[in-house]
Amino acid sequence: MDDIVIRAEALTKVYRMGEVEVQALRGISMEVKRGEVVAITGPSGSGKSTLMSILGCLDRPTSGEYILDGENVAGLTDDQLASIRNRKIGFVFQSFNLLQRVSALVNVELPLSYANRPDEGKGRAAEALREVGLENRMKHRPAELSGGEQQRVAVARALVNEPAILLADEPTGNLDSKVGQEIMDLLLKLNHESNTTLIIITHDPRIASQAQRTILIRDGLVERNTQ
Amino acid sequence: MKIRRVLVGTLTILVGNKLRSGLTILGIVIGVAAVIAMLSVGQGAQNSITSSISSIGTNLLFLSAGSGARFGGAGGGGTVIVRNIRPLTMSDAQALMDPYQAPAILAVAPILQGGNISASATNGQSTTTTIYGVTSDYFSMRAETLSEGAIFSDQEVNIHARVAVIGPDLATTLFGQTTGLTGQVLRINGQTFTIIGVLQSKGGSALGSSDNQAIIPITTARDRVVQRAGNYVDTIYIQATSAATVTDASTEISNIMRMRHHVAVGAEDFSIFNQQDLANTASSIIGVLTVFLGGIAAISLLVGGIGIMNIMLVSVTERTREIGLRKAVGARNRDIMVQFLVESLFLSLLGGVMGILLGWLIALAIGRIASASGTSLIPAVSLNAILLATLFSAAVGLFFGIYPARRAAGLEPVEALRYE
Repeated sequence: MDDIVIRAEALTKVYRMGEVEVQALRGISMEVKRGEVVAITGPSGSGKSTLMSILGCLDRPTSGEYILDGENVAGLTDDQLASIRNRKIGFVFQSFNLLQRVSALVNVELPLSYANRPDEGKGRAAEALREVGLENRMKHRPAELSGGEQQRVAVARALVNEPAILLADEPTGNLDSKVGQEIMDLLLKLNHESNTTLIIITHDPRIASQAQRTILIRDGLVERNTQ
Repeated sequence: MKIRRVLVGTLTILVGNKLRSGLTILGIVIGVAAVIAMLSVGQGAQNSITSSISSIGTNLLFLSAGSGARFGGAGGGGTVIVRNIRPLTMSDAQALMDPYQAPAILAVAPILQGGNISASATNGQSTTTTIYGVTSDYFSMRAETLSEGAIFSDQEVNIHARVAVIGPDLATTLFGQTTGLTGQVLRINGQTFTIIGVLQSKGGSALGSSDNQAIIPITTARDRVVQRAGNYVDTIYIQATSAATVTDASTEISNIMRMRHHVAVGAEDFSIFNQQDLANTASSIIGVLTVFLGGIAAISLLVGGIGIMNIMLVSVTERTREIGLRKAVGARNRDIMVQFLVESLFLSLLGGVMGILLGWLIALAIGRIASASGTSLIPAVSLNAILLATLFSAAVGLFFGIYPARRAAGLEPVEALRYE
């Protein structure tokens, strides 16, 4: 039981757009073991982004159970969810989402500044940047870095709080295939070395194929769950 | 650590947008500067008027004929129309000196006054001036001091001596100097007078300044310069024994004068002005004006605050993704709220500080202009005004920052992250 990091039970999500109700998720159940590499794929509109939002505690399911790292997060308040995101989840986005005005180091420190453990900051952030191979770019701003380097900064930022799961939403979507593969290699290496659970949302089969398991979402339901 | 991070983050944002930040705070700068300048110039005007009123002398009351508005004298307000006003006389002045009926009165000085009277020196220079016919007590009551020579004595008053004590401005106009004039001859209204003293300057703008006057014995004035029937006088200056007895003195003057003029309470044919009331009235008028102008200036602070709100709203929209990201990595609603509030607070406080400096400069400039045009006005930038402006601008920042900050804090992380 202990090695299950994500347990989702019959997750549904209904968006209300005026009079129309959109069923984005229609009962998704899944489990992810600690240290697993899982790809979530599906065509656009399938609900994979919504699933990623709920797994990332950015949004709440309309119904269903979601137990993350032993904590039931379905009924938590905004602040409690923020704290869960801070402690247990690292995000890597397609468009990097770095703060443009500050250095790579400050970007990586950002999650630490919202944590309840002050002052470990600089050392840990620098260490994370070393892990992603950017020890010589710490003082650079995002605009001074290549796309691959920016995504590495984002990975370092996702890692800095030592999260239970790493959620990567199309992490290679804005990169050419060579650099994208480098990022994938980095993510897999980090997964291998520190046993961080890695969940990749992608529609790129080449990326998905590198995961240990692929969950295909279609019309708000799990269509296939393949090893 | 957290506070430092928030501040550093704020500075990064504001410095990164120098032009926008500058324009945003301009409204606050102008508003605060206007408030500070208004308050300090008003305070300066108040100080200058108060000091010039007290430079007339200390604990003075002024008695004049007619039932003008009474400045806090004893008895009721003078709304009754009084006919057959009896002028003041030398005997009235004499009667006020009675130590039994008027124990609160220290000294009395009857005055004959003539304006626009020609004065000329033997060197051919001439001008017009104000002539005061007084008794020798006048000088001590008005706290006049001499830069040279002496005042005239009671004896000289009694013998209708043709002597004059002149103010420094008059001396400069006629003789081009203020020293070595004792013994010189001065023509007033064609009559020759010997200068026996020159007054110390009291400053150009001081109320009732004697800098441009000639002061001569009241007897001589009646004979030769200011024609008045009988033994009438224009004004009587009365000095109370102390600040505490000014009101008593006023009551005593009223009682004596009512008896002498046979008038009832409320139908007085004379008026008593109290120096302190005069000062109070003047400063309360200026106070009201200052608050009024300051209030108008404060409106621009309000406008500045709206400018801050506007920019903060734009900033929230522009940084929607950043807000989403911050939330994704663990920022609580409160953290986002604080971040934006600190920004608007910082903007408005920075504007406040710059406004204080600018307002100070404006006040100094106004003071310079005033003194260059002959009015001594020293703007007083009070600590109160500074605190008020600082608090007010901080309040503006908070008030107008809350709405944008709440809006930022209330953004849904998912939607904020997807915002294009």
